[in-house]
Amino acid sequence: MISQYIDIFYMTAAGLFIFGLKYLNHPETARKGNLLSMGAMLMAIIVTLLHHEVVSFGMVFVGLVVGAGAGLFWARVVKMTDMPQMVAVFNGFGGLASVLVGLSEIARLTPNFDHFTTIVLVLTLLIGGVTFSGSMIAFAKLQGLMGGSPILLPARHVVNAGLGVLVVVLGAALVASPGAWIFHVIITFIALALGVLLTIPIGGADMPVVISLLNSYSGLAVAMTGLVLSTPVLVTVGSLVGAAGLILTKIMCDGMNRSLVNVLFGGFGQESTGPAVPPEPMAEGEGPNVFTVDQAVEAMKNAKSVIVVPGYGLAAAQAQHAVREMADLLQKRGTDVKYAIHPVAGRMPGHMNVLLAEANVPYPQLFDMDDINDDFASTDVTIVIGANDVVNPGAKTNPQSPIYGMPVLNVEDSKQVLVLKRSMNPGFAGIDNELFLMENCAMVFGDAKATVNGFVQGLSSN
Amino acid sequence: MEPIYWTGLYVFLLACFVGFDTISKVPPILHTPLMSAANAISGVTILGAIIAGGRAGYTLATVLGFFAVVFATINVVGGYAVTDRMLQMFKKE
Repeated sequence: MISQYIDIFYMTAAGLFIFGLKYLNHPETARKGNLLSMGAMLMAIIVTLLHHEVVSFGMVFVGLVVGAGAGLFWARVVKMTDMPQMVAVFNGFGGLASVLVGLSEIARLTPNFDHFTTIVLVLTLLIGGVTFSGSMIAFAKLQGLMGGSPILLPARHVVNAGLGVLVVVLGAALVASPGAWIFHVIITFIALALGVLLTIPIGGADMPVVISLLNSYSGLAVAMTGLVLSTPVLVTVGSLVGAAGLILTKIMCDGMNRSLVNVLFGGFGQESTGPAVPPEPMAEGEGPNVFTVDQAVEAMKNAKSVIVVPGYGLAAAQAQHAVREMADLLQKRGTDVKYAIHPVAGRMPGHMNVLLAEANVPYPQLFDMDDINDDFASTDVTIVIGANDVVNPGAKTNPQSPIYGMPVLNVEDSKQVLVLKRSMNPGFAGIDNELFLMENCAMVFGDAKATVNGFVQGLSSN
Repeated sequence: MEPIYWTGLYVFLLACFVGFDTISKVPPILHTPLMSAANAISGVTILGAIIAGGRAGYTLATVLGFFAVVFATINVVGGYAVTDRMLQMFKKE
């Protein structure tokens, strides 16, 4: 009897999902939003179990228990630095689930499909398959199981386009003869191959864009599954997630001043993996200013305001806790401390904020680029840790620079800039940074964590 | 259930607008939890998976449905749990 009213519950769940996402617009309410969304999901799952077509519970319960156990385990043990991989895996599994539901419908109903269902089924298999295999490749690259450099196969655009055309042809054949289930299977395999082929040419540094885009695809796959099953809640939620992924994709592309086409097909985004080289000796007066740890501490002690600019290098060196300690000591001295976060700091949208929050940095101290960029001019000391291209003034002033036009943090406006760096090596884009040679900038060479620990000692010893 | 055809596509279109509007108000500081929350929600395929896996008998369709339940549940439970873990860390003081 509940089956008749199932749509009322599904509709309520869809509404609660939207509210849940709405509450994510502030750290204060975000947790409540997630719990709300969780409750809605639980409700939807329970009413589905009461659906009249669900009669054999054994396998379903085993599936739920196994899935919940594995999900909870991974969610608990994952390190915050590894969050992008985790999201990629979960995302991929969502895509795979859509594919499996689609294949299950095919196994059950062939050949009784109308044209509409045939087309949305093909789209489910295609998008879900690309999401799954693409996410697995993204995972392998982020986890270091696969090299981060782009893998550029010869004639890859031709191959991909050929596979795309093949999917359209097979789809058309299915519309003509809905009983040919083997075509569905072939489409699934083509989709899996496409996911791999489309992701391997994308460099490790561009993975944040790919993760966002795959997130969007997984939403679309769900929406298509909803059309196959005639379940509006899936269509609603799938579209929401699809839209979310697209927005984040655009933000990441804008943050790098690259078009999505360029990221996906350009074959860029190679990460520099070269060994750290000690700074080359330069002629007197030509090289950058170099500060010892003590000199840097002296500059900080005299500062009224400090802005920390963290890059992924900070997280890679596991220096976030040391940075928080340093900030605490500065605040005890009455110094104002803020963090300036560039949109592409970290390995996925917003990643750096999570890494700092994990180190107990209070979120009111975290500022987006647009909110803080005007504050540098009135700041005494800016400390750049593990960031390079996002603080390169060349992006504003040098039209010859490959990153010209990319939005950057105006660190050079502050009275003193301290750059913590292993060496004078340029960043992954291999671009010289004129900031390092500016008069108000000083380099502090060494491992980020060791250097910051040095700052902590210096500041606590007065 | 009745096929939803065009109505389904209208829902798709309108929900996209709601999605764009809702998501664009989320500040960058919360973009990682947003992504993982959206990811968890997209595991809603689990509803289709339960129906596919819960039908009578051990046919190819229900076996595929079972695996769909496993993967969708990992997506849902893992996604929500890790989002909650992250959101707990955001503190004011």
